Amino acid sequence: MSAIRFDDVWKEYGDHIVLERITMEVEPRAFIALVGPSGCGKTTLLRMLLGEEQPSRGQILVDGKPLPAEPDADRGVVFQRYSVFPHLTVLQNVMLGRELRDAKFTARLFGAARRVAMDDAMKLLAEVGLAGQESKYPSALSGGMQQRLALAQAIMREPKILLLDEPFGALDPGIRADIHVLMKRLWNETHLTVVMVTHDLSEAFGLATRVIALERSRNRPEERDRYGATVSRDLEIFPRRSAELRSSVQPAPAGTTRSDKEHQPGRPGALVLKEQP
Amino acid sequence: MRLVNIRPGQQTRFYLLALPFLLVAIAYFAGSSARLAQNPNDKLLPALPSMVQAVKQMAFEVDPRTGSYLMASDTVASLGRLGAALAISTVAALVLGIVIGLLPGANALLGPFVSVTSMVPPLALLPILFIVMGLGENSKIALIVIGTLPCMIRDLAMKVQELPREQIVKAQTLGASTWQIALRVAMPQTLPRLIDVLRLQLGPAWLFLIAAEAIASDSGLGYRIFLVRRYLAMDVIIPYVVWITLLAFLIDIGLRVLQRKAFPWFASVRAE
Repeated sequence: MSAIRFDDVWKEYGDHIVLERITMEVEPRAFIALVGPSGCGKTTLLRMLLGEEQPSRGQILVDGKPLPAEPDADRGVVFQRYSVFPHLTVLQNVMLGRELRDAKFTARLFGAARRVAMDDAMKLLAEVGLAGQESKYPSALSGGMQQRLALAQAIMREPKILLLDEPFGALDPGIRADIHVLMKRLWNETHLTVVMVTHDLSEAFGLATRVIALERSRNRPEERDRYGATVSRDLEIFPRRSAELRSSVQPAPAGTTRSDKEHQPGRPGALVLKEQP
Repeated sequence: MRLVNIRPGQQTRFYLLALPFLLVAIAYFAGSSARLAQNPNDKLLPALPSMVQAVKQMAFEVDPRTGSYLMASDTVASLGRLGAALAISTVAALVLGIVIGLLPGANALLGPFVSVTSMVPPLALLPILFIVMGLGENSKIALIVIGTLPCMIRDLAMKVQELPREQIVKAQTLGASTWQIALRVAMPQTLPRLIDVLRLQLGPAWLFLIAAEAIASDSGLGYRIFLVRRYLAMDVIIPYVVWITLLAFLIDIGLRVLQRKAFPWFASVRAE
């Protein structure tokens, strides 16, 4: 649960301006979808939030404090690929965050601490629908299951902000719909502020509380280098969506069903899509 | 059907595999019997019985001068040197490869140095090693280490750098320190690749071992070959070469099996 503020952020690579004049506020527990054409700097913006890249000008504040210059445990991430570790089993992947936190030198837990971490990880795996897959390696899982695992792994470490870089872009439509339901549930049950980069407008409008479009204001070949993309549209979803204010149990108990509040993604998007030029 | 689409079946595959070996054997024994027919005392291409006789003498009869089985003691001496040198190279390459591959600063400091040292021809350093370290075991082990280590470090650092950037970032978002990234992300994924690198360096390692033993030694497989060369004892040299090849082949297979058993996840990663 963190507020994020972009304060006149620019990103330049040498003479090439990628992003300019990005100024926006993100309220705690928001679910932001970043959309825009390829090469408009969506991922660059996400990488700056992650701490992998630094703004050339301006600054990004999280809860009023400048963002640390490297990734840390406050900001979880799920990439489209390579998000989980191929050499660890499903269970080991989820336990890793706990082991890294509690065992600074060995990065491994033993005895009672290990059992507690294992129980928590098993509950979380059941929650994301991966019960029974604990001892498999990620390569034995389907793409959708790998992304579920990546989500569980990120959430196990209890980040304040979750960054998603086209996490469901490579999945089949049916599987994508299932994982959207899961994503919504996780967002409701945790204290996460979510920022998601996506190509899929219906996904953006179906999941997010707010959709932010990045676009270049000038796009002629001779202008492309000197003018970066900026926020061209900032759409609050109507009817207004907000995360449910439940006391977060983390990880949530296994086996609970919450089908009553599962929204079908894509539905509100149909209306707003027409606004796009 | 096009040649690119013809796949041999299991049985055909076996015959194809055996064919080149068979052809070499036939060529040898044809040449051998032709030469022996002309001159029964010819030593260049000995017949099978005389090689069997030589192996019997070298491997299964106690040498009256040293009181040991020569082939066994030669093998033990050579494998001891090879094993010690490769152990040193492997451990050092693992540590330095991860450090150089993971830390941009270490890469800037050591990367170019390792690249340059891997270009030094190790055999040119052999006289220096003999002068500095004497003619004992140390100089032979040092030659193998010098010959294999720089390449192993360079290859391994490259493998570490090829790990997806996403994984390193992901580990940091799970709170990992540099040490923890090295321990839980980089090292476990480097180990199976280390086996690949080691397999590639086995050939050079044998080369440097035989070279060092040939020049100054009193035991070892390379020493024996170069010793009996003075008597044109091809009936000893050829079985020794076959034996060395077999040893190298078995070590290679052993490493491959180790890789498959110890890192079951690696096959699918490599297939990507």
